[in-house]
Amino acid sequence: MTIAPPKTRLRGVVGESAPRADAPPKVKGEFVYGSDLSREGMLYGATLRSPHPHARIARIDVAAARAMPGVRAVLTSDDLPTREKFGLMRADQPVLATRVVRYVGEPVAIVAADDPEQARLAARAINVEYEPLSAVTDPVAALQSAAPKLHDPKDGNVIEDVRVVHGDPDARADVVVEGEYEVAMQDQAALGPEAGLAVPGPDGSVTLHIATQWLHEDLRQIAPCLGLPEEKVRLVLAGVGGAFGAREDVTLQIHVCLLALATKRAVRMTYGREESFYGHVHRHPARMWYRHGATRDGRLVFVRATIVLDGGAYASSTFAVVANAACFGGGPYRVPNALIHAVGAYTNNPPTGAMRGFGAVQSCFGYEAQMDKLAAALVIDPVELRARNALENGDRIVTDQQVEGSAPVAEVIRRCAALPLPPQRSSNDPLELPGGAGNLTHGEGVKRGVGFAVGLKNVCYSHAFDDFSTARVRVERDQGGVVARVHTAASEVGQGIVLVCEQIARTELGVQRVIVETPDTTIGSAGSSSASRQTWMTGGAVLAACREVKAELVTRARGRRLDDVDVAELLDTPVERVVTHRHRPTEKRNDTTQNDGHVAFLFAAHRAVVDVDVDTGLVKVVQIATAQDVGKAINPLAVIGQLEGGIAQGLGLAVMEEVQLKDGAVRNASFTDYLLPTMLDMPPVVCDLIEFPHPDAPYGAKGVGEPPTISSTPAIVAAIRAATGRALERVPVRPDDIVFGASSHSGWRVAAGDDPRGAERVR
Amino acid sequence: MRLRLQVNGSQREAEAREHESLLTVLRERLGLWGSKNACEQGECGSCSVLIDGDLVCACLVLAGAAQGRDVRTVEDLAAGEHLHPVQRAFVDAGAVQCGFCTPGFIVATAALLRDNPEPSDAEIREALSGNICRCTGYGKILEAVHRSAAQGYTS
Ligand code: FES
Ligand code: FES
Repeated sequence: MTIAPPKTRLRGVVGESAPRADAPPKVKGEFVYGSDLSREGMLYGATLRSPHPHARIARIDVAAARAMPGVRAVLTSDDLPTREKFGLMRADQPVLATRVVRYVGEPVAIVAADDPEQARLAARAINVEYEPLSAVTDPVAALQSAAPKLHDPKDGNVIEDVRVVHGDPDARADVVVEGEYEVAMQDQAALGPEAGLAVPGPDGSVTLHIATQWLHEDLRQIAPCLGLPEEKVRLVLAGVGGAFGAREDVTLQIHVCLLALATKRAVRMTYGREESFYGHVHRHPARMWYRHGATRDGRLVFVRATIVLDGGAYASSTFAVVANAACFGGGPYRVPNALIHAVGAYTNNPPTGAMRGFGAVQSCFGYEAQMDKLAAALVIDPVELRARNALENGDRIVTDQQVEGSAPVAEVIRRCAALPLPPQRSSNDPLELPGGAGNLTHGEGVKRGVGFAVGLKNVCYSHAFDDFSTARVRVERDQGGVVARVHTAASEVGQGIVLVCEQIARTELGVQRVIVETPDTTIGSAGSSSASRQTWMTGGAVLAACREVKAELVTRARGRRLDDVDVAELLDTPVERVVTHRHRPTEKRNDTTQNDGHVAFLFAAHRAVVDVDVDTGLVKVVQIATAQDVGKAINPLAVIGQLEGGIAQGLGLAVMEEVQLKDGAVRNASFTDYLLPTMLDMPPVVCDLIEFPHPDAPYGAKGVGEPPTISSTPAIVAAIRAATGRALERVPVRPDDIVFGASSHSGWRVAAGDDPRGAERVR
Repeated sequence: MRLRLQVNGSQREAEAREHESLLTVLRERLGLWGSKNACEQGECGSCSVLIDGDLVCACLVLAGAAQGRDVRTVEDLAAGEHLHPVQRAFVDAGAVQCGFCTPGFIVATAALLRDNPEPSDAEIREALSGNICRCTGYGKILEAVHRSAAQGYTS
């Protein structure tokens, strides 16, 4: 499929930084997001949530709530049409808590009322009697045999358990380094809150307008919980205000449909910011124990790691997160011997699931810290050590799968390292220093540091998942001339898949006017806007459909070259083709995770320059440099936007973003207390796009969304270590960690590579 | 309570509860959905509007307090299909991804350039630090502001 795009004088073809068609409505405030939906006479939904991390529900009394003005429906688990549960990869979550609640924020009852205020007040008037149970909030403790079992007692609290056994895990090395690392819980913090509008049909059906990452997966989970066949539930994509993984799971979808069906009225639900923190899954916190061995000349001999991921109260995508943490836990290096044991645990913390780079983000923080320790122990430059061990085509990652279709990782590393450094700080203007306008320093304690990191991740779905996308392309003639219409169910969440489809169709068909229609469930699934996969999958489906359409046009041209005919003449009837595109099959994971489980790998490198005020512990990131193998930049401007945006989220995890929990409850459920990078925090980014095409991807274009988030975090922390000399084994790095060198050990002793179920408490 | 508001140059009336914010009234009562609600606490700038020319977070202003004053929202900027220069610059610079932050940034940028037609990087960062964008990492937004400035935008 690496045929070069045909030559053309069209505007906005593959390779051009064409502007987005959805940008004008967005700058005008006319683009309709989920939270902007309304219908004449619609009702408003509200949710009552559990205040306890773990409790038995003794009694629920809704009488007072039902009697309140404007209230049209109050539903608890007793009122549900079925006992079906839902969940992305395991149906373990009740639609409304039944007998027991497992986390603070778990939905217990829902209300529909004439106005949002009435709905909120009625939800508050529901009287629930709880009998608190002991809660498990430490994932390592949850794995021990004495811990209370939160779901099926048979598996204990293990959601997923993945072991990678590669070469001889007991191999010995000249130089060994080890460490314990922690990644805290991060929030996706998409700016658009969860929102949806459900409209009941006269025949008992329902149409849901929803901001989501995957319409068909939502449908698969929603319909059984409503007790309806899938034909009676239609989903239409509403405008999505960012996603980053948070919209991969069902949040209010089932609730709003239930309320619409119960009241026979249109119902809108929108979470406020606080509820959004309770309502969606977060990034898995991780505890990691790593041990690396190398020869004296700096060749990796082995990697051993134990990784415990906190899955929270329900499984969500923990299976894939655990697999990723393990599969990519050796890093983008040639590692001849490895033993990596990753486990995801049920706890009474809020459920965790997808966030940009999932699994790979956590382990990258661990192995990259180790690479720096190793460089120090060997007295080798950290960039050089990485380049010396870097993977190239034909090499195998720790799952024994060969790398194909990638630029040599050493080249990615060298090109990143070669990008220009920022000038030395020339002034002591507080605005240029850590703390900024807070005017906290005149530069006395400010030290500069430089850090480097490299990461890898899979693109698309792995381990024998039937991953596909469907596209319909139709070329027709209307008053405006020839137009190509592209219909898929791919969610535009801001990343620009609409642009990708448009540019591909324009390039392939030679038609200037391309309309990408609103995604819905009347066409086949496109899979999720996640795993950096939409360009590869939906881009691939659109490309294939366009080529079939074009073949029909060539037939209709009867021997004339398409360039020589007026295509409008060939369109007395439209040409339409529907194509389902699959990537090559991947293998199911085996016991030792040694096979071809993945489609392809993505690589990026980051270099961070920071100024740190060692007196206050404040950090100013001065510059990020990055090189990334993108395969082919379908729209370079949009690719750079993905890189810069992903880096901002990596910066957030490095120095400020943490969902703080106390006894399972989120303590900072607001943008006042959960800090996000602003324009003052985000430095200039210099980037080098490497275009090494993958033979299976459309035009060779790999996914680009996740790598920026994976290695930017460890690069920044490495830079802070270089500036301060502190160990910094945890993200986000807090000012206290810098000033006092606070340690954050888990309190558990685990030998890297061992089963965490045998962990011992450190006394 | 009955509210009388002057929004984007026209007199509007709405029925609202006493404690409702200007943002809620603009969106839910007047159907002006352009101003966004992302935090309802004055932290993200998605709801930025001008009141008597001052840049404010509409989520922090009681609707009642806006009576008798001149309220301008993002909807006031474009003339039909013809984009305001700041809007044009955001489109061309690639400063829009999901776009949820965009109306707030547009209003805040227009206010910045009105007061400071040629801002430096540092001045832009400071002026727009009350607006959060989760998608872009701000690089293209910074560029969009410079582009609008270069086009000599003044209100
Ligand atoms: S919604 Fe007003 S500042 Fe965030
Ligand atoms: S473009 Fe999505 S929040 Fe800014």
